[in-house]
Amino acid sequence: MDNENKPSAAARRQFLADTARMACGVGLLGLGVGLYARHARALPPAAIRPPGALPETEFSAACIRCGLCVRDCPFDILHLAKPEEPISTGTPYFVARQVPCEMCEDIPCVKACPTGALDHFLKDINKSKMGLAVLVDHETCLNFLGLRCDICYRVCPVIDKAITLDRQVNARTGRHTHFIPVVHSDHCTGCGKCEKACPTEVASIKVFPLYMAKGQLSSHYRLGWVEKEKAGGSLVAPDVEHRYNLPEGMKYESGKGLSPSVPSAPAPASPPGSGSGLPRALQGSKL
Amino acid sequence: MKLTRREFIKTNAIAAAATTAGMSIPGVALAAAPEGQDGVRWDKGVCRYCGTGCGVLVGVKDGRVVATQGDPDAPVNKGLNCVKGYFLSKIQYGKDRLMRPLLRMKDGKFDKNGEFAPISWDAAFDIMAQKVKATIKNPDQGPFGVSMFGSGQWTVWEGYAANKLMKAGFRSNSIDPNARHCMASAVFGFIRTFGADEPMGVYDDIEHADAFVLWGANMAEMHPILWSRVTNRRLTATHVKVNVLSTFTHRSCELADAELIFNPQSDLAILNYICNYIIQSGKVNKDFVAKHVNFHKGVTDIGYGLRPNHPLEQVAGNNGYPGADGKPKGNPMNSSPITFDEFARFVSEYTLDKTHEISGVPKDKLEALAKTYADPKTKVTSFWTMGFNQHTRGTWVNNMIYNVHLLVGKISEPGNSPFSLTGQPSACGTAREVGTFAHRLPADMLVANPQHREFAEKTWKLPAGTISERIGYHAVLQSRMLKDGKIGFYWTSTTNNMQAGPNVNGEIYPGWRNPKAFVVVSDVYPTVSALSADLILPCAMWMEKEGAFGNAERRGQFWRQQVKAPGEGKSDLWQYMEFSKRFKVEEVWPADLLAKAPEYKGKTLYDVLDANGQCDMYPKSECARVNAHAWANYTNDESDAFGYYVQKGLFEEYRRFGLGKGKDLGEFDTYHKVRGLRWPVVNGKETLWRYREGYDPYIKAGETLKFYGKPDGKAVIFALPYQPAAEMPDKDYDLWLCTGRVLEHWHSGSMTRRVPELYKSFPDAVVWMHPKDAEKRGIKRNDVVKVSTRRGEIELRVDTKGRNKMPEGMVFIPFFDEHRLVNKLTLDATCPISKETDFKKCAAKVVKA
Amino acid sequence: MPAKPGAEAVAAKGWLPAHKWLLLRRSSQIGILLLFLVGPWFGIWIVKGNLNFSYTLNFLPLTDPYVILQSLLARQLPETLALFGVTIVVLFYLLVGGRAYCSWVCPVNLLTDFAYWLRVRLGIKGSAHISRPTRYWMLAMTLVLAAVTGSIAWEMVNPVSMMHRGLIFGLGLAWTVLLAVFLFDLFVMRHGWCGHLCPVGAFYSLIGKLAVVRVRLPARAACNDCMDCFAVCPEPQVIRPALKAIGGTPPVILEANCTNCGRCIDVCSKDVFAFGTRFGNTVVPVAGVPQAAPINLQSRPGSPS
Repeated sequence: MDNENKPSAAARRQFLADTARMACGVGLLGLGVGLYARHARALPPAAIRPPGALPETEFSAACIRCGLCVRDCPFDILHLAKPEEPISTGTPYFVARQVPCEMCEDIPCVKACPTGALDHFLKDINKSKMGLAVLVDHETCLNFLGLRCDICYRVCPVIDKAITLDRQVNARTGRHTHFIPVVHSDHCTGCGKCEKACPTEVASIKVFPLYMAKGQLSSHYRLGWVEKEKAGGSLVAPDVEHRYNLPEGMKYESGKGLSPSVPSAPAPASPPGSGSGLPRALQGSKL
Repeated sequence: MKLTRREFIKTNAIAAAATTAGMSIPGVALAAAPEGQDGVRWDKGVCRYCGTGCGVLVGVKDGRVVATQGDPDAPVNKGLNCVKGYFLSKIQYGKDRLMRPLLRMKDGKFDKNGEFAPISWDAAFDIMAQKVKATIKNPDQGPFGVSMFGSGQWTVWEGYAANKLMKAGFRSNSIDPNARHCMASAVFGFIRTFGADEPMGVYDDIEHADAFVLWGANMAEMHPILWSRVTNRRLTATHVKVNVLSTFTHRSCELADAELIFNPQSDLAILNYICNYIIQSGKVNKDFVAKHVNFHKGVTDIGYGLRPNHPLEQVAGNNGYPGADGKPKGNPMNSSPITFDEFARFVSEYTLDKTHEISGVPKDKLEALAKTYADPKTKVTSFWTMGFNQHTRGTWVNNMIYNVHLLVGKISEPGNSPFSLTGQPSACGTAREVGTFAHRLPADMLVANPQHREFAEKTWKLPAGTISERIGYHAVLQSRMLKDGKIGFYWTSTTNNMQAGPNVNGEIYPGWRNPKAFVVVSDVYPTVSALSADLILPCAMWMEKEGAFGNAERRGQFWRQQVKAPGEGKSDLWQYMEFSKRFKVEEVWPADLLAKAPEYKGKTLYDVLDANGQCDMYPKSECARVNAHAWANYTNDESDAFGYYVQKGLFEEYRRFGLGKGKDLGEFDTYHKVRGLRWPVVNGKETLWRYREGYDPYIKAGETLKFYGKPDGKAVIFALPYQPAAEMPDKDYDLWLCTGRVLEHWHSGSMTRRVPELYKSFPDAVVWMHPKDAEKRGIKRNDVVKVSTRRGEIELRVDTKGRNKMPEGMVFIPFFDEHRLVNKLTLDATCPISKETDFKKCAAKVVKA
Repeated sequence: MPAKPGAEAVAAKGWLPAHKWLLLRRSSQIGILLLFLVGPWFGIWIVKGNLNFSYTLNFLPLTDPYVILQSLLARQLPETLALFGVTIVVLFYLLVGGRAYCSWVCPVNLLTDFAYWLRVRLGIKGSAHISRPTRYWMLAMTLVLAAVTGSIAWEMVNPVSMMHRGLIFGLGLAWTVLLAVFLFDLFVMRHGWCGHLCPVGAFYSLIGKLAVVRVRLPARAACNDCMDCFAVCPEPQVIRPALKAIGGTPPVILEANCTNCGRCIDVCSKDVFAFGTRFGNTVVPVAGVPQAAPINLQSRPGSPS
């Protein structure tokens, strides 16, 4: 190597070193940001996304943090996450216990979203799945204790579908009823009105992101009665007629058991016009 | 040894200090009273809200109610409460409790248009006394111009003292309770049909009924604990059916086997149809009817309780208003005897077809309901509240539900019960039994009845003629009289009529602000009524005074004073008694009356009414003696103030009215030792089912059943027709407007809206409407809309979902929200007999705001 | 030591003409911010949203193409409205110069300009060395990050959007990030963030490569080498080729990183600079002015590094 080449070689070395340093620095920064982003993707339980929000992984890719949903919410319930909050910075959320979603029929937040992070296919607010209400504490829920609160039930915009009251005898008093609130995930929108209104010091019913709130049955076992209802009948060929050895005056029916056989007309059906049989309150408990 | 040494020293030290200070306060008693591990002293009490009468235990620490619990041994609720009851311990401690009397003043003097400024109790009573005296002397106003509006939330003795002060002291019958807005139709229904007020049954009917029928009662929300019992019955006895009749679908419908949504006012037709069905199908209990029932036909052109110049009143021939000749036009109460056949003919026009047409209820549902009542094997309990009572034909519809029960004899036995529920904790105990209505005296007696007046005067040791025979101004009339300048002094307590009364814009507010009137509001919080008054007096509430309530099943329940009222707050009882000291008898009674009792000359009304040798006959030491089983050295503020056991004296005097008349209350001392007694209490025994032999001590052996409120022992079935409402939707105002309550809030919300949790659970009133009605008007759920009637308008949000499902053509607005006063909209049409407002029906329109 | 940069211009032209573009630029930066703020502050909704996406008078969508690019790389396709917004913004910056975003719109510029002003006032010397192209590495990193994580990860820390969003929607602890940028620029590195690291600027500079509006040098012959333009320019390396006609460069600054801030126009007492277009470059050599006079850039404070 001659003298003239020396500085240029040094410069090249310097350039390569600089480039490597820069690439490493930027790469490290990128790694940090990437890990931070991954971490923030696990939505904390108290933060609920607006209606129509894509699943969290897609949401974090689609939401450009513009805040239009925040602006178009007529009830000012949405916030954009600040850096210190454990949610992707700048993304919209609400805290049900503070101010829940009012479930506007025209869903202005979704309409406002320019990217589809709030899914524009959501046209019916009742179909939204912001989260799922869970009666987390049976020990503090006033209704579980036999009191008549059922505020969560009455404030529910999808009352009688998303939350029903399951009646159980209050064995302690022997005269009263436990009205047990039961949340139905197929109708609950996760609006959070129940959590907001729950009068216990710490809410006994809370709305969680779906991934936290929902269990899942395995596919190796099916619920027979559900499958039968879905299929509209038994999944297998019906039995041939059963016959039993019985004393005189008795009958035995498969599934119903032993009873005295009444020679005359069968037991009268429910009186005409008495409505559709069971009251709504008791129909739900048939499963 | 039970007391530890430290406790012993502490107790003695406090007692010694108190003795030195010359006072004896509950704080001292507190130290001696039994305390739990956490220093909380528990004593029995009653829930402050509805007429169910749930027992609670009240926990006190450091002079403050720190906790409550449902009383596990209370027979009504067995330890349970609704969510309002869950927050009882907070109702006394709203941040804006009134602490001092406040008078509207300008330049140091009273000015109707001045600003509220604190004054002393002395100064407050001075100006009140001055206004009362001026009113009595004013020829335009007179004694009846001194007027009081009280409450079904008064304690028994407060109502009693108020009644006495007004009717005997000021000789004004213009005292009426807010129960006029809620119970009056039930009262007149009872009196007209049975000659005696209040239900024959008890809550135990629930566990015996085979069928429940709710008529205009949303028990699921308004009587939550009773509903829990009804539900349990439905749940545990599979044959039991629940029928809910309403003008819209509400929470009680959820349990209904049959839900009958009928057009407003058509309950009249349905009840007649049921009678017709019973008769046509031969299911009349002929034996029962022959022995226990008379038939009457009521007059029908009775008007709508509107002002006399209203076109509807001009054409009414039997509204009792002055006619062209100045004489009353008939009497809406009038009726004439008819036969069973005539009654049968009368109801025969209410065929299934016609009733279906009027009511809009499917025929099969109507028929099934009629069958339920007709079937002799089905025990039916009917419940009703405001849907029946707040009705321009409220008395009729009460009469007519009894028609049904009487025709089939399903009454006064376990499970067969027409059961009128009450809305307030002491609508029965104070408003009805004490007789704080403008036409009543204690124990079902009437001011218009000379024997009753004589009895009252004698009992009260007053000269004959003290009590006026004229019926006073009832609630709605009070508002009108205020507006017309006929009332010069108006005192309301424990109620919030500026929010809860009808037609606030048209009548109440102009009345209260009329310069000719001086309006005093006794309350614990600055309600809209308080802020509309001229003078506000700070009160003691609930556990800050010794009290007694009477619930819907005739159960009287007492409690001891647990804590002191904050600031200068005083109980209503103290206010009435102390105020009565401001009047010399000769200042308020005419000379000829005083001449009959010269010994009263120079005496004050306090001397005559309270220190009369009866009310003051139990010395203060009685407080401690009577309540020794609960705490040592108990006393209460009134007894401290007046020097004798005030409550006992008043109660024992009051008790004399009902003894031997089927209205017997138990002894004062007993009530403090039990979780309530259901009257008539005879020989220390409670009565469960009235009028029924074996259960009711007034029924002699062999009589089986006797409605002894009537001279001949027979109840009356009334032939009364269906008639339309006073105001119906038309092209300008095209919707029915119905008002009411929600579970979370008690009435006008003055207590529950101050409990943060309850406030949060239902902060603002909404208007419920059918989604199609909303859509037609371009309204979406949650939109702010303007609801208007011919009387006013309010703005609030729309709900088309949720707890109430409205039929098309009808909207519902609860009245708890002081920022959205739905009673600016309501019409002050009343049942012409009971004078109770129909808060359930007027015509409104809704537009997007 | 020469006078403060621009002193000559003030003397020659008067204060106002010597600060014309600076004032206009500050008005633009603050005005745009105010347009966003009158909504939340006074309920006057002219513009909703923030610089990532805004909707003006419910009519004009404006979308940051950079954030949309990240979203696309994270495999999400936006709604048409946002794409309209992208088109409008790209066309606009193709017209006015990509990095005009930095000098006329971006709120961080206010912060970093302040840091630079203070740095000069306090006489803070010395600067860390990071090469200017680092920003393109940063840009590449953010885009790779979007593709790899499947999320717009950079938005979690991006000081630009954090500041703008923070001012409109609530800052929270975002002020710490901004303070870091400020301190970095003040103490660590001259023009550190905007001139070397910011990937947003890097992205917009790419749009600017073809921008129409450019700073021209109609009177470059009049240059008296006072060096004031270099002193005030946030990207001084862009001036020299055009000013000194290096390699026959026409009298227009075509460098993509010129932010079109116009400060050089203000401070030039000889009116060498003026806004114009990139087109019509017939080079007219001016007699007596040597082309590409050697300048020792290292000798002056405030010169590019």
